Amino acid sequence: MILVNRRYRFSASHRLHVDALDEAANDEIFGKCNNPFGHGHNYELEVTVHGEIDPVTGRAVQLDRLDELVGRSVIDRYDHRYLNEELPEFAQTVPTTENLGKEIVRRLRAAWPSGFPHLERISIFETPRNIFLIGPTE
Amino acid sequence: MLITRKAEFSASHVCRSADLSDDENEAIYGIAANPHGHGHNYVVEVTIEGDPDPVTGMIRDLKEVKELIRREVIEPFDHRFLNKEVRPFDRVVPTAENIAVEIWNRLEPHLREGGRLFSVRLEETAELSVEYRG
Repeated sequence: MILVNRRYRFSASHRLHVDALDEAANDEIFGKCNNPFGHGHNYELEVTVHGEIDPVTGRAVQLDRLDELVGRSVIDRYDHRYLNEELPEFAQTVPTTENLGKEIVRRLRAAWPSGFPHLERISIFETPRNIFLIGPTE
Repeated sequence: MLITRKAEFSASHVCRSADLSDDENEAIYGIAANPHGHGHNYVVEVTIEGDPDPVTGMIRDLKEVKELIRREVIEPFDHRFLNKEVRPFDRVVPTAENIAVEIWNRLEPHLREGGRLFSVRLEETAELSVEYRG
């Protein structure tokens, strides 16, 4: 068994704000991420799959198929968007990277072809210092 | 506890299987099937699992691990065309997956006591890395 990590990039803006909380609580919890106009990140998404190495091709996953799958179901959807305003999944749900990660896993699983190597986890680098690992069933 | 030592080598390879037709090779590997080969700056991370020695406080002397990686991997792989100069890549396609397995096979016999080999992670580009755990 081998793990293959493939990295993708998308740039998006978000605002961390929960309507159910008052202004002081939002400011206390989210700090500058609560700025009313939102702010952006260059997100990096690493998709990790596990599988067996094909004895003929030497590959554990067909990278062009993985790229197409992730591009179509995640990158095309989120790249250069304001998550709060443009994506219905974040109309009511605060787009923290935890929640974004759960949504990305849900989308990948929905698009995952049968017989494709298994999804092991995703890693989202919100910044080079803030890194979130999300398992395949979260 | 896990401890990781990192090393780099630069090499060229071509991803092309003798068992496949030209069209199949190009469909599977894309530009990586270019018969003249192309190169990467590879990064290897060798991770060892063990308990710190009660006297030295170390799982294993990292100088020894550094020397082992240099002798078994960097020396034979660095600035080589893997398909032509490094066995078994004359007959095994040197994909990142297969290179990681080969590095594991070269290191593992030397890393059984005083820290056991846990994983070999190989980064081929910023976008593609693999991790093999035996």
